Amino acid sequence: MGNITFKLALIFYFAATIISLVEIFRESKGLSKLILILAACGFVFHTTNLIVKYFEAGYLPITGMHQASSFFAWCIILIFFFLEFRYKIGIIGAFILPIVFALMLSSSTFPREILPLSPVLQSYWFNIHILLAFAGNAAFAIASGVGVMYLLQEYYLKSKRLGGLFQRLPNLQVLDEINYRLITFGFPFLTLAIITGALWAENAWGSYWRWDPKEVWSLITWLIYALVLHLRVAKGWRGKKAAVLSIIGFLSVLFTFFGVNLLLKSLHAFS
Amino acid sequence: MSILVLGLNHKTANVNIREKLAFNGDKLNEGIFALKGLPEIDEAAILSTCNRVEIYTLAKDSTNSAEAIKDFLSKYHSINRDELEKPLYFFSGSDAVRHVFRVASSLDSMIIGEPQILGQLKDAFDFALNKKTTGVILNKLMKNAISTAKRVRTETRIAENAVSISFAAVELARKIFKELSGKSFMLLGAGEMAELAARHLVSNGVKDVKVANRTFERGCELAQDFNGRAVRFEDLLTELVSTDIVICSTGASDYVLKKEHMQKIMKERRHKPVFLIDISVPRNIDPDINNIDNVYLYNIDDIQEVVDTNILERKKEAEKAAKIVDEEVEKFTKWMASLDSVPTIVALREKAEEIKNEELEKFKNKFPDIDADKMKAVEYVATSIINKLIHPPMVALKENSEDRNELIAMIKKLYGINGDENAE
Repeated sequence: MGNITFKLALIFYFAATIISLVEIFRESKGLSKLILILAACGFVFHTTNLIVKYFEAGYLPITGMHQASSFFAWCIILIFFFLEFRYKIGIIGAFILPIVFALMLSSSTFPREILPLSPVLQSYWFNIHILLAFAGNAAFAIASGVGVMYLLQEYYLKSKRLGGLFQRLPNLQVLDEINYRLITFGFPFLTLAIITGALWAENAWGSYWRWDPKEVWSLITWLIYALVLHLRVAKGWRGKKAAVLSIIGFLSVLFTFFGVNLLLKSLHAFS
Repeated sequence: MSILVLGLNHKTANVNIREKLAFNGDKLNEGIFALKGLPEIDEAAILSTCNRVEIYTLAKDSTNSAEAIKDFLSKYHSINRDELEKPLYFFSGSDAVRHVFRVASSLDSMIIGEPQILGQLKDAFDFALNKKTTGVILNKLMKNAISTAKRVRTETRIAENAVSISFAAVELARKIFKELSGKSFMLLGAGEMAELAARHLVSNGVKDVKVANRTFERGCELAQDFNGRAVRFEDLLTELVSTDIVICSTGASDYVLKKEHMQKIMKERRHKPVFLIDISVPRNIDPDINNIDNVYLYNIDDIQEVVDTNILERKKEAEKAAKIVDEEVEKFTKWMASLDSVPTIVALREKAEEIKNEELEKFKNKFPDIDADKMKAVEYVATSIINKLIHPPMVALKENSEDRNELIAMIKKLYGINGDENAE
């Protein structure tokens, strides 16, 4: 059951991604609807998959890279649906769905078995810490997708290349606004994730902060987003610079997520 | 029985001839009755706009009728027949239908896709309808022309992109700002094109309008026009801090707005985006300003290029539109063919037979034991009833009366006979 639902979700996300990329060049209302339907189907299977795993394990099954990537993708698509509902910018799918699909694909390459939760992780802090971290990072993921859209649109307007994609992309102000909102949404989550993590670490290992690579990289990520928000509020930074920073921020998120686990030794390693 | 279109437009006739043939005010009123009065003509409508004059008629015979209409035009507008002949085009049958659909869909317009023509065509036919010079066929033609135009509009992107400087300015502003309503706008200088663009921005919701002019009095006049306020030219730089959109068209010989000015302004307005449109030649805004973050500077050539690409884009879309028009023409010609009385007579008879047979079948099922003689008698009664019932409409259909088209349409409606089926 677990494997089938995961595969179905992967297939639906794949289809939605491909069509959303095609739709950039061949605008059609039918296609945009189809994209949402496919993504929604994928989401339903994906959710089922997570629920099944939760009951199999008896705890949030985010102990390996497979589950972590999958859950990350799930959070992103959840926020994507919310955005789509709120702003109805069809083309946004072409910038978000590939991220979701890539995460799911990478998830599928990792071993799938749910590892027993080591005693040190068995605490409700674990659930809260993880949920906060993923919610925050998912918002940052989408902010970076929107940031890419902003940079493209800004480039088109500046260089006066007003072709097909220019027509399809929404206006700069709305893109900047979404980018800003997502970061203000994600930032408190990341902050709380770090705080709960520290509290829990104190509980489990006896110290709040151990300079573990994951902790360090989370802090770097946090600092980048803190800088984005600070510059926006204090200096009126917006638009291109804010978009670039939000993309750098997400690269840092990705490194925290994959790089640390795969390249560096960490207490946080999912497996 | 055929639909005829006779007319001329901006492509075939210069304004000299177009104005001679125009049906303005009373001329239209009298003209349409005179036209309908011609013995060759059954239905008539006249379209007269500044770019085209077209006569739509339903006539018995196309060649003779065309000559009659030309004679009428020449006499009515007192214009030489030879002079008239040259710019005139003439379509009949499905070509005429196609032409009307193309005009309605704005494929034949000077600026392809501009929506005005559909309204003008509607008015022309409404006028004719009120004067009762059109009947079933031309009314249906108009109805289908409207739905064709709507299909073209929704299924192609023919009317999507701006094809004038002022529309292009609004379109670009919409790609920078979420909405124009809260935005502040400055007209810097004056000039016809700048004022037109300004008017478009205002009609698209821009609220706070400032006018800066070297002569303050002239600025005041313009400001009144736009419901805005005049600002002094010396205060330009301070005023720009709170301005989101600028249209600049001064007669200055060098830059009114330099890069260092703009950098300072951007800092003061906390880098909120600015859209600058410089339509003056020589340019009044330093082109290098476009390199400042969050400033979007377009000069007259940039905007002209937008317009040119959009016109090209529309031409591409017009090819798609032509296919839609063809489909609709086919539908309409089928409907026309179905109006012919013969298939209607056949269909009416079939319908009656069908009803009779159904009822007899039911009767047989109810009384399975009935003997053959009695059954024959029942059949006889049924046959004579339906024959009597359909006799008057049959006779009416066979007669070649004035209002035959109305009659056919009416009979089809009353008896629930589908037009398309009979056309085949």
